[in-house]
Amino acid sequence: MNTTYAHILIAIFFLLVSCESEFQSSIEDNEVYLSGEADFSNFVSVGNSLTAGFADNALYKEAQLQSFPKILADQFALVGGGEFTQPLVEDNIGGLLLNGNRIPGYDTRLVLSTQSDSPLPANITGTPQTDIANILRGPFNNMGVPGAKSYHLGLNGYGDISSIESMANPYFVRFASSPHASIIEDAVAQSPSFFSLWVGNNDILGFATSGGIGQDQTGNLDPSTYSSTDITDPNVFGQLYLQYIDALTANASGGVVYNIPDVTNIPFFTTVPRKAIPLDEPTAALLNSQFAVYNQQILPELASVGLISENEAIQRQVSFQEGQNYVTLNDESLTDISVVLTNPPFNLDPQTAALLGQVRQATEEDLIPLAASENIGNIVNNDSSLISGVTVPLGDESVLTVNEQMMINNARTAYNAIIKNAAQDYGLAFVDINQLLEESQTGIPFDSGVLSSTFITGGAFSLDGVHLTPRGYALVANETIMEINSSYGANLPPVNLGDFRTIVASDEVN
Amino acid sequence: MTKSLFIAVLFFISVFQVYAGGYRISLQGNQALAMGHTGVAVINSAESAFFNPSGLVYLENKLNVSAGGFGIFSNTKWQNTDTGQFSETESQVSIPFYMYASYKINEWATAGVAAYTPYGSSVKWEKDWAGSHLVNAIELAAIFVQPLLSIKLSKHFSIGGGPIFVTGNINFNRNINRTLTDEEGLRSNVEIDDSGVTNWGWSASFMFTPTEKLRLGFNYRSLIELNAEGGDATFRNIPNSPLVSVSNGTTTFDAKLPLPAELTVGISYQVNDKLLFAFDFNRTFWEVYKSLDIEFGDSEIPNSINPRNYENANTYRFGLQYQAMDNLSLRGGFYIDESPVQPGFFAPETPRNDAQGYTAGLTFDVSSRLSIDASFLFLRFKEVDASYDAYTENDTQVPFRGTYVSNSFIPGIGISYKL
Repeated sequence: MNTTYAHILIAIFFLLVSCESEFQSSIEDNEVYLSGEADFSNFVSVGNSLTAGFADNALYKEAQLQSFPKILADQFALVGGGEFTQPLVEDNIGGLLLNGNRIPGYDTRLVLSTQSDSPLPANITGTPQTDIANILRGPFNNMGVPGAKSYHLGLNGYGDISSIESMANPYFVRFASSPHASIIEDAVAQSPSFFSLWVGNNDILGFATSGGIGQDQTGNLDPSTYSSTDITDPNVFGQLYLQYIDALTANASGGVVYNIPDVTNIPFFTTVPRKAIPLDEPTAALLNSQFAVYNQQILPELASVGLISENEAIQRQVSFQEGQNYVTLNDESLTDISVVLTNPPFNLDPQTAALLGQVRQATEEDLIPLAASENIGNIVNNDSSLISGVTVPLGDESVLTVNEQMMINNARTAYNAIIKNAAQDYGLAFVDINQLLEESQTGIPFDSGVLSSTFITGGAFSLDGVHLTPRGYALVANETIMEINSSYGANLPPVNLGDFRTIVASDEVN
Repeated sequence: MTKSLFIAVLFFISVFQVYAGGYRISLQGNQALAMGHTGVAVINSAESAFFNPSGLVYLENKLNVSAGGFGIFSNTKWQNTDTGQFSETESQVSIPFYMYASYKINEWATAGVAAYTPYGSSVKWEKDWAGSHLVNAIELAAIFVQPLLSIKLSKHFSIGGGPIFVTGNINFNRNINRTLTDEEGLRSNVEIDDSGVTNWGWSASFMFTPTEKLRLGFNYRSLIELNAEGGDATFRNIPNSPLVSVSNGTTTFDAKLPLPAELTVGISYQVNDKLLFAFDFNRTFWEVYKSLDIEFGDSEIPNSINPRNYENANTYRFGLQYQAMDNLSLRGGFYIDESPVQPGFFAPETPRNDAQGYTAGLTFDVSSRLSIDASFLFLRFKEVDASYDAYTENDTQVPFRGTYVSNSFIPGIGISYKL
């Protein structure tokens, strides 16, 4: 065989071997979907922990890789979306270090442990590796910073490690382009062709998760005077929000914005039962006898002299029965009668008077944050007659009262109106998260079950009760895709919720 | 120039995956494959040991040997337009081979021995791809070894056959379900592995030669079940929790995989001195493959039941042989291969739907004794929308759907020797 023949044979061989199978319309080759009027080539996502992929009370790598913006970016890639970079932490443990030392308050992630009687969230064991002194080189498409409130996005120095004890946020310290940079500046500097903005949750959640120990700052236009547990003034929110939208839309083909969900749709506030006190008949009778003077003499007496209203006298009645009972709590909106009770004719000792000062029993309207569950039913000061939630009322931090809920809701509705108007005015896609989480209360069906907000078993919320699981974030991504499709004439496919995990069970815990 | 081209070709080969769609691999002789893998009524060489042992007795020489192998270059792609997911199979190397020999004892009887690999599968998807709860990778290989006897009952009629000894290996990896991971986020998976699984079977055949030009052939190969007993089942990346029904480590498993029976009938017709036409019809009795059930040695671990519900499938094969020169035969062929897989049971471990095979090849006589056989097969599977509906999670059926497209290019080379 001469070399010409050899060449021909080799050429034929080469040709046939290269006959790779091909679809008539290939997803991989971007032949199936359309981006419509949107340009996804440089997608930048701005927000807080929900944008960062925070879950199980920590930021950890695997959950970051399933953040809702990352899920979106993977779908955008089917219509020309570019690479989506994220400031990934070092491990799947969570927690933060500063120069090798643990930063207090940044615990490892929660997993579902069976180490106690029933499966409960517990911190995973392990040593965090993420040191915020290791500054990452950006830019990053995911500009979600856990803990950020609306006014933090534009705050210069929010990523300055030298102010870590005061204003700086350790998560932003890790990837701010410079100590002076703000989140929004770093986002806008990337000239996003498409963006997402989901902010405002922490402007009420700081107040809500702490049981309302902070202030409603409505009317105070200076956020630098706010504490982390306060409610942000809606005017402050509105003004800043529009500035952010202005900046982000400058060079973008479009974007998507998200509103703020009602706290009553978040398991952190709905899981702990108000009737958390189980009592047998003798104990209930004993307690009733202890509260008899308070119920039958003190309250009518105070009402009759006009120190409290008739209504309040009824509201403050404390009574128990066999079975599950409402917890007792301190309601700061009630008249403080602790001093009056030490005086004649009551002459109570100061300790008892203090316990009764603003006490009432919970009602179905109160919300008890998840964090308070460990305070209920404990013996106080080694005195077996002092039981928290029964003879010792739960503190302000353990209950979100109706009054506090109202403050939260007023602010939230104001934020949401601003967000929705901005979406309309700027022609942006709008995702009604409040509505979505409302639906997930009852459950959202997917291919192998129903996704719901029920704590631990529902699948949508991670073990901190506030942030979502990857499947929950996928739900947000799908809702986003639906809105983008209708706003921009795209036909992006949703992801399959069943492909995303919910919570992780493990006994590798502290 | 030639050298650099060769390097380019080799590089290209390494990029492509090597696999055959389904686990019946019809590559049992280069001469036969070149003619559409016909041969039940053809007498050419020792390849008859597989295609129709009763034909061996008609070979003119005292000793006939045929041996060869194939390289399978295959590519399967999957996509799901509902979700935008896509994946494809990765590079794998599998080289089916055959070795046949016949020895004429006397005018009426010929003895033979055959070794061949009619079943096998090697599919490797991208790890943790969308269908990884069904399969990450599968490797199945079975070697058949068979002593043969071929007896001429008359000028027109012969019979043949013999017992078959099979030894097989299986390795199969899939993820536990669609979402379970360990604490590090690594997907939990199970791998079963067993080798040296043996069993016996048989084949029997006859050949009828009514005229010099016309032959009719019949061949039947029995069902052989590979019973893996006490193989290794290794669970990996399982989170440490009693809430999960399995834990990391190795246990044993039992499983049965049928290598189904196959019936072949066919004719050949010598059109003229130079041209031979052949037709084979195969029926493979796949209906024995109801379910791949994996029973784990650790009774805490639930059995893995994977319904397959294959149905019997036919293949129609056509081949031509042309004696171009004294020392050169050219061959060509075509076949239609029906899939045993039924709607709703299209599992990505054997992404095999109806296929068309186009074949060609040649035999070049180097000397009066030694010839070189070359062939190639281009196997084209139609693009197909398919689903596997038998997977369940939380007692709910969760179909795995998508569109599959695949093809294979399979070159082969071998030698025939006669004495």
